[in-house]
Amino acid sequence: MPDRKIMTTNSLISTENVCLHYGNDVVLHDIDFAVHPREIVTILGPNGSGKSSFLRILIGALQPSGGRIMRQKHLRIGYVPQRLSIDSNLPMSVNRFLSLGSRTDSILKQKWIDQVGIESLLPMQVSQLSGGQLQRVMLAQALLSNPQVLILDEATQGLDQQGEAAFYRLIEQVRNEQGCAIVLVSHDLHVVMSASDRVVCLNGHVCCEGAPTIVSAAPEYRALFGLGTEGALALYRHDHDHSHDDGHEHHHHDHKH
Amino acid sequence: MLDDFLVRAFVAGVGLAIAAGPLGCFVVWRRMAYFGDAISHAAILGVALSLAFSLSPIVGVLLVVLLMSFVIARYAGKLYAIDTLLGVAAHLSLALGLVAVSQLTGVRLDLPSYLFGDILAVSKTDIVVVWMGSLLAVGLLLWRWVPLLTSTLNPDLAVSKGFNVDRERLVLMVSLALLIAVSIKLVGALLISAILIVPAAAARVFSRTPEQMALVAIVIGVASVALGLGLSLYADTPSGPSIVVGSGVFFIIANVVSTVVKNAQQRKHQT
Repeated sequence: MPDRKIMTTNSLISTENVCLHYGNDVVLHDIDFAVHPREIVTILGPNGSGKSSFLRILIGALQPSGGRIMRQKHLRIGYVPQRLSIDSNLPMSVNRFLSLGSRTDSILKQKWIDQVGIESLLPMQVSQLSGGQLQRVMLAQALLSNPQVLILDEATQGLDQQGEAAFYRLIEQVRNEQGCAIVLVSHDLHVVMSASDRVVCLNGHVCCEGAPTIVSAAPEYRALFGLGTEGALALYRHDHDHSHDDGHEHHHHDHKH
Repeated sequence: MLDDFLVRAFVAGVGLAIAAGPLGCFVVWRRMAYFGDAISHAAILGVALSLAFSLSPIVGVLLVVLLMSFVIARYAGKLYAIDTLLGVAAHLSLALGLVAVSQLTGVRLDLPSYLFGDILAVSKTDIVVVWMGSLLAVGLLLWRWVPLLTSTLNPDLAVSKGFNVDRERLVLMVSLALLIAVSIKLVGALLISAILIVPAAAARVFSRTPEQMALVAIVIGVASVALGLGLSLYADTPSGPSIVVGSGVFFIIANVVSTVVKNAQQRKHQT
């Protein structure tokens, strides 16, 4: 399909018709996706929607059952997994973990350590860290590989709302200073809204995509997350967009007759 | 100096410990203890086959151990749970090896020396072979150290950095097979995995990084060889088991010391 390639030029990673089956179970089908430089893309979907599988396809840990995946040559990927359970038999200080496959000089390393706020954790063992500390350490580790694209799988798991907000501010700062593209996975549009350039709503296939404000108003998104109009109005200010106002007026109009 | 059998035994043992330290660490980190057991038991089958086809035992052992590694890696967790498969593989290959050895006619084979090793009987050639195999195994590990460590830590993380997790596992298997092949004469098929695991487990207590643990495991391995040979000399005990007993002594000392230190630190904290 040559017409699709126009969409994928200049992208760091792109997929074409990617499918994933486990036996007769179709986890993902017909996914066209692309990440461009300096872009923050959020992949949104309920549990079991195939988000993590799709991320693993993007980094190359999982082979798709069908379709094509294209990565820019020698693409440097910084990956922050959902969990990191280090075997208790493996001693690993935070400092050693950070230098694992690091591609940055000591000045830049120190800069990220300060910015992510993990200086005091350096002598600790990775296995001793709390959930929030571990997330920050893993983020720093990914940043030190000087990535062109940073891929985070539910990176805010185990953080409270404040921590989550702070984490997304950090992500935005990373994009601005490092200039890398960022792909996030989340199940909550609410928190990621301000930081994302583009939201892709996933449930086996791409239900809808676009700017966060547009996606939050899309009927597909609302159906997927079981949001009633009322609840959503309270949650999302952007619901007063023209598309919904139209609907409202139309309804009103009907009523008059 | 190498004319003294005790010196030869020690030099051979040091060669063994150099590779067994870091390799044992990976065995411990990747929870491959039973895997090590299973493939080293297969070494007896390798010995029997080499004698039947008049090959050097090292070649036969290397081939059988590698084959066994591939079969286990290929089928682990698919047909049966990994521990079941390893149990089948370990005991079947050991039994098959023993049956095969009994069928060999006209071959003089000192079976206990292949089961428990006879480090006191090593020749100068044996020393060269042990050191070559050992250095090759360590060389492979050093060459792939960061990729191996990363894929041990988290396979997805390793893939994202462009490492091939399957290839790294292959490197580990080949080094492990190499070490088993050259050490069967020294410590025997039944005790090889002890030489791998015990010093590494003892080293865990003192280490804060993977590299520290590998180095400390080598030191403990060398010390175990010295202690074991000493025991063997003065109490006339079998050398292979004595070395394992020696490493066991260090394992216990390491854990007692660390418990005492931890308790002391806690008490200091409280006051």
